[in-house]
Amino acid sequence: MDRINVSTLLLAVLGMPAFVVPTTATAGDYRDQALAMVKRDFQAKGSAGLDRLEEDGLQSVCNRTGNHPPKEIAARLEQDQLASIEMPADGNLMGDWKAGEKLAQSGRGFTWTDKPGLPVGGNCYNCHRISPSETSFGTVGPSLYQFGKLRGKGPEVQQYVYQKIFNAKAFNVCSEMPRFGHIGALKEAQIKDLVALLLADDSPVNSK
Amino acid sequence: MNIRLILAALAGSALAGSAMAQTSPSEDFQKFRDVMEEDNPAELFEARGEEYWKTPRGPKNASLEQCDLGLGPGVVNGAYVQMPRYFADVDQVMDAERRVVHCMVTLQGLAFEEVTKQPFSNDKGTPDHVSVVTYIAGQSRDMKIAPPQNHPKERETYEIGKEIFGFRAGPYDFSCSTCHGADGRRIRMQDLPNLTKPEGAAKGIIGWPGYRMTGGFMLTSQWRMTDCFRQQRFPQPKYLSDTITAILAYQAVNARGQVYRGPGIKR
Repeated sequence: MDRINVSTLLLAVLGMPAFVVPTTATAGDYRDQALAMVKRDFQAKGSAGLDRLEEDGLQSVCNRTGNHPPKEIAARLEQDQLASIEMPADGNLMGDWKAGEKLAQSGRGFTWTDKPGLPVGGNCYNCHRISPSETSFGTVGPSLYQFGKLRGKGPEVQQYVYQKIFNAKAFNVCSEMPRFGHIGALKEAQIKDLVALLLADDSPVNSK
Repeated sequence: MNIRLILAALAGSALAGSAMAQTSPSEDFQKFRDVMEEDNPAELFEARGEEYWKTPRGPKNASLEQCDLGLGPGVVNGAYVQMPRYFADVDQVMDAERRVVHCMVTLQGLAFEEVTKQPFSNDKGTPDHVSVVTYIAGQSRDMKIAPPQNHPKERETYEIGKEIFGFRAGPYDFSCSTCHGADGRRIRMQDLPNLTKPEGAAKGIIGWPGYRMTGGFMLTSQWRMTDCFRQQRFPQPKYLSDTITAILAYQAVNARGQVYRGPGIKR
């Protein structure tokens, strides 16, 4: 889906009068040289195949614009990503926060030293503060402690959290956060467990 | 290694931790590392590398003393902090590790495949070329990081390195920049230096090559870059490839003017 859209989008980027191409012709050459170099210099290992060096449409737009595509392009890409999110058929978005906590702890998956295939970890604590008892947390993403307390736990919030975990790029096109559902890393039940971790009343995230 | 000093340092930091408001675990480890570095086992590998450098070996029965690290044949002093750099004999930009292997192949007549059969240290030991890199690094201790940017290929390598640094791909959309492109970032408790700024870029260079305590061997910048790409969920960069040289050049140029402290120590 990304791939189909990319040429149209890039045409749109080039055609936009407000969009000043941030790179000179020379800088564009460096990108071409960098891509050619990377393709020469990497080898497949374990589950990490050379196909991983092929940018999808969204990655390409973010890479070409220093992660700041023009607003109109960003909005269209975000719409595409949002439209591709598969919501659970049963309409229930809250799983088991305890399973979510366990999943959030694990950073395993997709490196060439990991066992190939699923399941993989949620990687959440790598970047976010979540439950207060876990003091080893990263700071690449915002703190999620007290998330449900601060944001509520109504249907809209549940939907937002589910969608955000499924595909963070639907809300911020060049977000640093992986698209866990979009790439098939996390399955429906797992994402529900993470939604519960952030929103359930009895989750430690919302304690006190 | 002076165990008493280490214990004293640990006890000291624990006391400080309880007496004062708070010290982060990474600060505690830094104190531990500072003490360890006074008596760093990396020096053993520096000595081993120096011996290798000066002893004739290989089919050509030659030492590495005619190896040109960029400052003329045999000049080791200050060479490490002035790499990666352009080498006219190969018409290429090379980083220190790549140049050392190049010299082993050309001067000593060793086969490239043989030298690079075990590129990185592991439980089986520290390969000779890694000890040589450690020796060379030690000969730039307390010098300013100053990779040249005079030759067009040096500037080009930097620019390509910059592009690769920002190149997002793979299942998680990660680039080097995801972790190392902003201040104050951490993965779990691990501080991530901002490699786009001088102080941060220097943190990515200072302490490498490093003695890994949990294993007792030396790890180089080449190893560090390779392991970053692993964590980035990328396929594996080939050993001594242009890509790694470019990334190292990007870092070194960004770190210009910062002082290199010599081989370091790692968990």
